[in-house]
Amino acid sequence: MEPKFRIPLGDWVEVGLDWLTGTFDVVFDAIRSIFVGAYDGLDWLLTAPPFWAIIIIFAAIAWWASGWKLGVGTAISFALIVGVNQWENAMDTLALVTIATVVAVVISVPLGIWAASSDRASSIIRPVLDFMQTMPAMVYLIPALVMFRVGVVPGIIATIIFAMAPGVRFTELGIRGVDKEVVEAGYAFGSSPSRILRQIQLPLARPTIMAGINQVIMLSLSMVVIAGMVGAGGLGGDIVAALNRIDAGLGFEAGIAVVILAIFLDRVTASFGKSSSSGRSKEA
Amino acid sequence: MPAAGHEPAQHDVALKVSNVYKVFGKRPAEVIKRLRGGKKRAELTALGTAAVIDASFEVKKGEIFVVMGLSGSGKSTLIRTLNGLWAPTEGSVVVGGTDISKISEKELRRVRQQKISMVFQHFALMPHRTVMENAAYALEVQGVAKIERRARAEKILALVGLEGWGEKYPSELSGGMQQRVGLARALCAETDILLMDEAFSALDPLIRREMQEQLVLLQSELEKTIIFITHDLNEAMFLGDRIAVMRDGEIVQIGTPDEILTSPANDYVAQFVQDVDRTRVLTAGGVMEPPLAVVNLSGGPRNALRTMRDLQVSAAFVVDRRRNYLGTVRDRDVMKQVEAHSSDLGAVVRNSIEAVSPDTALNDLFGRAVESPIPLPVVDDAGRLVGALPRVTLLAALGNVPSTTSEFPIVDVAVAPLPEQVVTDALAKTEGDA
Repeated sequence: MEPKFRIPLGDWVEVGLDWLTGTFDVVFDAIRSIFVGAYDGLDWLLTAPPFWAIIIIFAAIAWWASGWKLGVGTAISFALIVGVNQWENAMDTLALVTIATVVAVVISVPLGIWAASSDRASSIIRPVLDFMQTMPAMVYLIPALVMFRVGVVPGIIATIIFAMAPGVRFTELGIRGVDKEVVEAGYAFGSSPSRILRQIQLPLARPTIMAGINQVIMLSLSMVVIAGMVGAGGLGGDIVAALNRIDAGLGFEAGIAVVILAIFLDRVTASFGKSSSSGRSKEA
Repeated sequence: MPAAGHEPAQHDVALKVSNVYKVFGKRPAEVIKRLRGGKKRAELTALGTAAVIDASFEVKKGEIFVVMGLSGSGKSTLIRTLNGLWAPTEGSVVVGGTDISKISEKELRRVRQQKISMVFQHFALMPHRTVMENAAYALEVQGVAKIERRARAEKILALVGLEGWGEKYPSELSGGMQQRVGLARALCAETDILLMDEAFSALDPLIRREMQEQLVLLQSELEKTIIFITHDLNEAMFLGDRIAVMRDGEIVQIGTPDEILTSPANDYVAQFVQDVDRTRVLTAGGVMEPPLAVVNLSGGPRNALRTMRDLQVSAAFVVDRRRNYLGTVRDRDVMKQVEAHSSDLGAVVRNSIEAVSPDTALNDLFGRAVESPIPLPVVDDAGRLVGALPRVTLLAALGNVPSTTSEFPIVDVAVAPLPEQVVTDALAKTEGDA
């Protein structure tokens, strides 16, 4: 039975979206071409060289960041990806995640700094973040599709929105958690707020901020699979295809590649957060 | 002329606080209005928290000014208004001639760089920087070149006893050493005024004592003006040239340690000072009594003997005409001189009892007082006899009993004086010598 009274929230959203796409068509096109360009460039960088060259580079990064165990593990597990014929898909996904993460970090860290510096900003940003994190991720795909058409771009945009929240939250938390007396000492010796941010707050909040960035990457990876639904390709594309055909084998092969990428990215970025003690001599 | 009389006084003031209020909360102005109307701060908590209420004081150049109070008394808020970390809700804070409540952020930063630095309770060192970089932080902010910064920081680190620790990180240092870095950082800024917020409270008692002594030493060397916040009365008494006692946001008394101890302004202060170790605070100069048994060297033995007989004492202090302290004489020795018809009192003056400076803490005097058969002479820097310290006075000072009882002859009777009649007879026999 149709209810007699209904708030037409959905209609309003659609009208708003129509107006947005109609008015800012040029802007969306520009954004679209920037993202397509960035994605194609990065993807070419990852897929053009022979796979073994890329594996060596990644193993070296893992070795340098964490140790020989992760280096060797990276080499073996990436070889496995090649073995199940998911290499190109994995590199597509990595390019997608990288771009989404970079953009999300570039937006979220300054937002976090702003939220930490002002209680009012914090009280505005907080509910927005709650909204972004709890709205079912696939819902973002719909307006993104309308605005940017099928392809990688709606996937990247939806990923950015979905993955941004922990970046903002951890940055705010990290900066607010810096010993108040140390910040006070900065002021007491006549430092400007920007100097205190650069020399005291950000360095001391770094482990927390890095944990946030790590979370951004993990969320990006999980979203990227969903982005496969709108033609973002990569591992997500294969997983969606496997789902449609109920092909457990293909689904598992693509799935294990996602897991391998996730573990690699997580361990490498986590070790950046921890290495603050060796990093401090560089800052000095 | 009052204006002329004021000039030099103004010149000596390093920092002046006038009617400063600091109220946190929704309606600070209303809180101040009601406080002025006679309300107590406890009645106004709904409107805001008055952390500092009508604080006024002046700190002289080269002085250690201690603000003492329990937690919640507003002392930490007060010290933060002195360098503008908190802007006072009302009132003015004048630092070296600049009213910092009226200047821009940028000018305030300059005042902090050049005039006033701070040492923090929990050290507040930057854990990601070396000891050297921490110590040189103020110079870095001031824009001093790296090489000069290092040179100056090294010198200051040596001064606070941290030579060779420059390349370590704060976490590798003990608490006491970390606070030395905090002190070095503040000294490096080369400001005239040093704010110290419970600077030694987080340290072990032994280390704290050591740091207090070093601070006094450094202060006398560098002639900084120090404003020191503490909740420890013993620390306040040890460090302070003057002490401001705070309670519930208000300054209830300002005075020298002696004044606070001997004439507390109200019951609160009195209760507070009950537990203080008086022997470390009170000085010889503060409790000494006027020396009565004093004889003049040029007066000769007969006069000396007469004085001692009249006061019923067995010994007396000997001074010259300008009241310079020379030593002591015993009645028996003087008697012999009189009987020998000698007019030379100097021959029997003894110097076995070492004079005491008025600044000596009572703590250091008990041993000497026990060993000395007669009161300890108190002699000022110019060598003049200014007072005497009988044992009974030392004891009275501990119990805060008024000890100035002229009932006691000021020389107490360790050795019984010669019988009066004997002395009188001797004097009569030698009448012609005078």
